[in-house]
Amino acid sequence: MEAALQTNIQNCYHCGDSCGDEPIVAHEKAFCCDGCKAVYELLEENNLCTYYNLEESPGLTGKKPVSEARFAYLDDPGVEAQLINFRSDKICKLTFYIPQMHCSSCIWLLENLFKLNPGIAETTVNFMRKEVALTYLHEKTSLREVVELLTRIGYEPAITLADTDGKKTTKRSRALIYKLGIAGFAFGNVMLLAFPDYLDFTKGLQNNFGSFFGYLSIILSIPVFFYSARGFFTSAWEGIRQRMVNIDLPISTGLLALFFVSLFDILTGRGPGYLDSFTGLVFFMLIGKYFQQRTYDTLAFDRDYTSYFPVSITVLKEDGEESSTAVRNLQVGDRIRIRNQELIPADAILLHGRAMIDYSFVSGESEPVEKVVGEVIYAGGRQVGESIELEVVKEVSQGYLTQLWNDTVFSKNEAQYLHTYSNIAGKYFIIVTLLVAAGALIYWVPRDMDIAMKAFTSVLIIACPCALSLATPFVHGHTMRVFGRNKFYLKNTGVVERLAKIDTVVFDKTGTLTEPSEAEVTYTGKALSQDQSQAILSVLRHSTHPLSQRISEAMKGSTATVTGFQEYTGKGLVGEVNGMLVRVGSAAYLGVPADKQNDTLKTTVYVSIDGVLLGYYTFFNVYRDGLNKVLGDLKDKKIAVLSGDNDHEAARLRELLGNEAELNFNQSPVQKLEYIQKLKEQGQHQVLMVGDGLNDAGALKQSDAGIALSNSVTNFSPSCDAILDAESFDKLSTFLNFSKKTMSLILLTFAVSLVYNVVGLTMAVMGLFTPIVSAILMPISTLSVMTFATLSVRYAAKKAGL
Amino acid sequence: MYIIFILISISVLVAAAFLAAFLWAVRSGQYDDDYTPAVRMLFENEVGGAPKNDKIAQKQQ
Repeated sequence: MEAALQTNIQNCYHCGDSCGDEPIVAHEKAFCCDGCKAVYELLEENNLCTYYNLEESPGLTGKKPVSEARFAYLDDPGVEAQLINFRSDKICKLTFYIPQMHCSSCIWLLENLFKLNPGIAETTVNFMRKEVALTYLHEKTSLREVVELLTRIGYEPAITLADTDGKKTTKRSRALIYKLGIAGFAFGNVMLLAFPDYLDFTKGLQNNFGSFFGYLSIILSIPVFFYSARGFFTSAWEGIRQRMVNIDLPISTGLLALFFVSLFDILTGRGPGYLDSFTGLVFFMLIGKYFQQRTYDTLAFDRDYTSYFPVSITVLKEDGEESSTAVRNLQVGDRIRIRNQELIPADAILLHGRAMIDYSFVSGESEPVEKVVGEVIYAGGRQVGESIELEVVKEVSQGYLTQLWNDTVFSKNEAQYLHTYSNIAGKYFIIVTLLVAAGALIYWVPRDMDIAMKAFTSVLIIACPCALSLATPFVHGHTMRVFGRNKFYLKNTGVVERLAKIDTVVFDKTGTLTEPSEAEVTYTGKALSQDQSQAILSVLRHSTHPLSQRISEAMKGSTATVTGFQEYTGKGLVGEVNGMLVRVGSAAYLGVPADKQNDTLKTTVYVSIDGVLLGYYTFFNVYRDGLNKVLGDLKDKKIAVLSGDNDHEAARLRELLGNEAELNFNQSPVQKLEYIQKLKEQGQHQVLMVGDGLNDAGALKQSDAGIALSNSVTNFSPSCDAILDAESFDKLSTFLNFSKKTMSLILLTFAVSLVYNVVGLTMAVMGLFTPIVSAILMPISTLSVMTFATLSVRYAAKKAGL
Repeated sequence: MYIIFILISISVLVAAAFLAAFLWAVRSGQYDDDYTPAVRMLFENEVGGAPKNDKIAQKQQ
């Protein structure tokens, strides 16, 4: 009675999920499941309830029971050695990636792990990267125990095939920070040394110590030139080698001009040079790069199938005993056991059990596929339901899924995107600059050799492409951050530009347009009385079949006792409730003649009571919220859908997308890829691909901009240019429009700096140029460009509602 | 006025020392994570469970 009073209002104290009809009440708190309760009790026992005080319901649901036997492979010394970073005779150090980490409670609990297992000496969390660096005493505990403890409290570390494959992922490069530090150091000091030059009353100082200051500046600038600025030079050189002008070319020209003119001036005693501008420019540009780089450390945009596959698998020995083995060591002929929700790691033949394979991520089919004993199951599918036994027929690296990755598209060269906006603008900019400089030179040489040199170099320096080099990265960098705040994560700033040019949008269906975890269940047939639906529900509740579970989730109400329950693999269920014989299952099972079956493409489940056929359930995809809005906003673009599923949803999609949209069904991953290729080559379209699964991986890579939609951004997503959190799907069109707007913002920024450049160039051409003007003009134009870029993006974002 | 040579050498040396300190800080990983320490700082140490001591005790064992 007490439990009944609390129904529907209560949320789990541990994970915050709704407790449903029957909350488990313990310690005066409600829990949604035994898993959550167990975690709470474990924490309470160890005085770790601060966990619940830091954030409300911080826990992770314990509904998915985990079999701890599956970590047995961690006892294998080979696997252990691959995972551990450091081992001494007492301690082991290693780093786990824990995607579930989401709040400060998580940090707190994970850093207090030593209270739960005394063998753990220290844990340090890196929240941004969702990593835990762990030190444990291997005499007191084992790797397996540590992982099991983490799993028990809900923070199962993601150990994937890639981790055991070879050495650790390379540590984040700190080179940029070093470069930044050195450039900053040189900038500050050179500026100080250049100071006497700026002011009139220090002229005496300059006369006495000018050469000393100059030489010291050179010494300070050399590391900036050779180390900090190296990236710009190498990138420009790469561009030249591919016969392209990229943004780094004008920058490099400017930097080279600044450095060598200054060197020449100082060494010949002509003047103090412009090394302060040189170091300052490198410093500011590196700041821009730093902000770009640090935005998304945690997101991996280039994962391949090895991050998707599990590390270990249960292998059955000849005597029937189970043992856990690393997937790497799996051999043809091994017998493996796959449990509910586990992935099939290699192509295998089904030996035993009822396989319901969810291929939605791999092929795009929306419903689980039933396989019978003797059929080959391809790697990558996820088993739903009971555990099954399989015999491996192909090694992991030879499987169907793996073959896809060996396609040449996956080694596509990113260089084809050098034709970006600022690169094109930069090309004209540098040509004009060179023309003006040459003009000044030709004009002055017959008149005054000294002014000619001065004018020529000043033109190059003053026109030094501050605006170009800073405007684009700053505008795009800020746009990236605005998008990031709205859960749309771009791989790099170049993607903003590509998004702006998109004229064709191609969607995947399953998991992208549709909500992967939901299906709408509709009943067609004779109306059911309350008793009848109760009887059907009662029978369905006994089955673990995913379709039964979907229907029973959709049906509300209480259940009655079932007698004589039987489940026939691949056919259906039977059971008796209150004297009614209920049969639920496929058309063949209930003897529905083929001509009476409606829409054979749809997944249907028929129901009969006491031998009388009542009707059937059909499953419809549930389309994402906001889909209508997104599609409405994309009216001016060509829209297409590529689906790996069959065409039973064609009519509904047509209604949603309009008559002009191209709908393609039953598409294999390779067909999807070829479709995008065709669009690009024949139609000269700029294609945006939005997909979610491995089956879209080729298409995502082939498109101009590939967006992977993910319900949880830290989960595995195929390699792409951007990751969009499913929550923000409705903003997709806003993102595209905003990208377009940023292009005009860049133009505007160019205009602002053009004003400076025109003034500066005029003076430079007339030979009126003095160091003090240069010293003032350079930083002002740089700063104003940066400020303008920042403020304009912010203003535009506010207006666009992002 | 030749004092200026000494003064500037000193100033550059001091600045170089700071640069060295900065490079050391980066090397030791202080710039790898700029979020978690800010959160960690706000956790209170509960009575009876000062983590530091526990750790030392464990290491001694």
